[in-house]
Amino acid sequence: MNTAAALEIEGLRKSFGKNLVLDGIDLSVGEHEVVCLIGASGSGKSTLLRCLNLLEPVDAGRILVAGEEITRRNVDVNRVRRRIGIVFQAFNLFPHMSVLENVTLAPRLALGQSRSEAEQQARALLDRFGLSDKVEAYPDHLSGGQQQRVAIVRALAMQPRLMLLDEVTSALDPELVAEVLDVIGELAAGGMTMVIATHEMGFARDIATRVCFLDGGVILEQGPPEQMFGSPREPRTQQFLQRIVSAHRL
Amino acid sequence: MASEGDRRADLEVDEPRRSRILGALGSGGGGARAVAIALLSTIVFVVVVVVVVGNSPGWPAVHKGFFSWTYYKSAFPETARAFRLNVEIFLIAECLILPFALLIAVLRSLPGPVFFPFRALAIMYADFFRGVPTILMIAWLGFGVPGLQISGVPTSTTFWAVVALVLIYSAYVSEVYRAGIDSVHPSQEAAARSLGLTRGQTLRKVILPQAVRRVIPPLLNDFIGLQKDTALVGILGAVEAFQQTEIDTAATFNFTAYLVAATLFVAITIPLARFTDWLIARDRRRRQAQGLFA
Repeated sequence: MNTAAALEIEGLRKSFGKNLVLDGIDLSVGEHEVVCLIGASGSGKSTLLRCLNLLEPVDAGRILVAGEEITRRNVDVNRVRRRIGIVFQAFNLFPHMSVLENVTLAPRLALGQSRSEAEQQARALLDRFGLSDKVEAYPDHLSGGQQQRVAIVRALAMQPRLMLLDEVTSALDPELVAEVLDVIGELAAGGMTMVIATHEMGFARDIATRVCFLDGGVILEQGPPEQMFGSPREPRTQQFLQRIVSAHRL
Repeated sequence: MASEGDRRADLEVDEPRRSRILGALGSGGGGARAVAIALLSTIVFVVVVVVVVGNSPGWPAVHKGFFSWTYYKSAFPETARAFRLNVEIFLIAECLILPFALLIAVLRSLPGPVFFPFRALAIMYADFFRGVPTILMIAWLGFGVPGLQISGVPTSTTFWAVVALVLIYSAYVSEVYRAGIDSVHPSQEAAARSLGLTRGQTLRKVILPQAVRRVIPPLLNDFIGLQKDTALVGILGAVEAFQQTEIDTAATFNFTAYLVAATLFVAITIPLARFTDWLIARDRRRRQAQGLFA
């Protein structure tokens, strides 16, 4: 693990009303690390990612990105978010904009890039991920896999230091999952620091430098994928993986 | 999150829609038979109406009093000239209502405790001006404000009539906008904010364009209402189309001038309705065509 942590989480707590979702999360993610969050639905994976992007206010604890605390008061959330890309399960592309407009919107508005500059960069990224023929298309007319790849490109266009992926293949038809996972694999190979919430255990095993099992609002167990999937210590982890295996998902 | 896809499926009707009026005509094997039945029932309906109305004891008098071609021709030029004022009031009011109502709707959708006064103000505004009858508002402002005789304040009744219409209709239109804003899924805002866009940028570029597109048909509905309500300005004595027909009927004791005014109003509102249909269809076509060939 790298000493200069890209992301540091200390004692993060978050509840919705009386429902305690995160009960003290501690996690350190080094540069170029790919951390996969696994756990049952409702174990807090998505909430954790949304907290990291300040889409949800945290109740207690600290989050540091590249050494800077982003949970302190009066932090410029827009500046923080520009460095952290997030991709959602439901893509959330802007349906009234073409692919090119979707990708160039934030660089132009938030980074102040000129139209030509932003478009040049967008076309290069779309080309790199096999979407160059969809530049003028509208989201409604793309397959789920294409939409999700556009969403990833849209986040990458902000040149983030950290990418958060929230079950990005869960809304896809099975035959479309691979094209999205390939893109993520390419990002990992390129050294992108990522935190990935996923139900794709095979994918997590292949891509993760570390796997964290969330249960009851805490990281119950973490380690390299070989250990986590080969010989997990905790009974809860074993139980969870057992269910995954019997559902033929590993 | 899974509801996103379902919602879109509800909004987008990809199949060519069948006309509500024509119903099942021309589809399936029994096409010719369906057309024949529709034709026959229409003829029977028209004949019955004509016979019943035409044979009613009062028809000759009503025909002469309300539907006289001679009076129609003589009343038309004056009424059409007066109708210009209705169109002017309509156009000026509409140009003011669109931005003003949007402002109200946006104020009402601002989150957080800091904006509470703005939200409260917007709610009070909408509640009050939707509740007051338009004709009362026009009378109040049109008779009341010039009556104050404050120097520098416009005394034109038409001016105050326009103000009254703008106040009343902005309340309605702001509610239409608000419904549109609420219909945009919160995940859209989350996506925009996550990219580092400010709240204002998110509203301008992501939320409002989608919201406004969805509410164009109900907006038009309100504007047809506005176009008709310009006739209320006549109570202040401004000679618009309805006031002109009143003058006309008082002079001739014939009510055909009403029919003239009705024709003029309908001549404006029907093209307005077709124009909106065209806008909606164009938007749908544009989005579909891109998908097929891109």
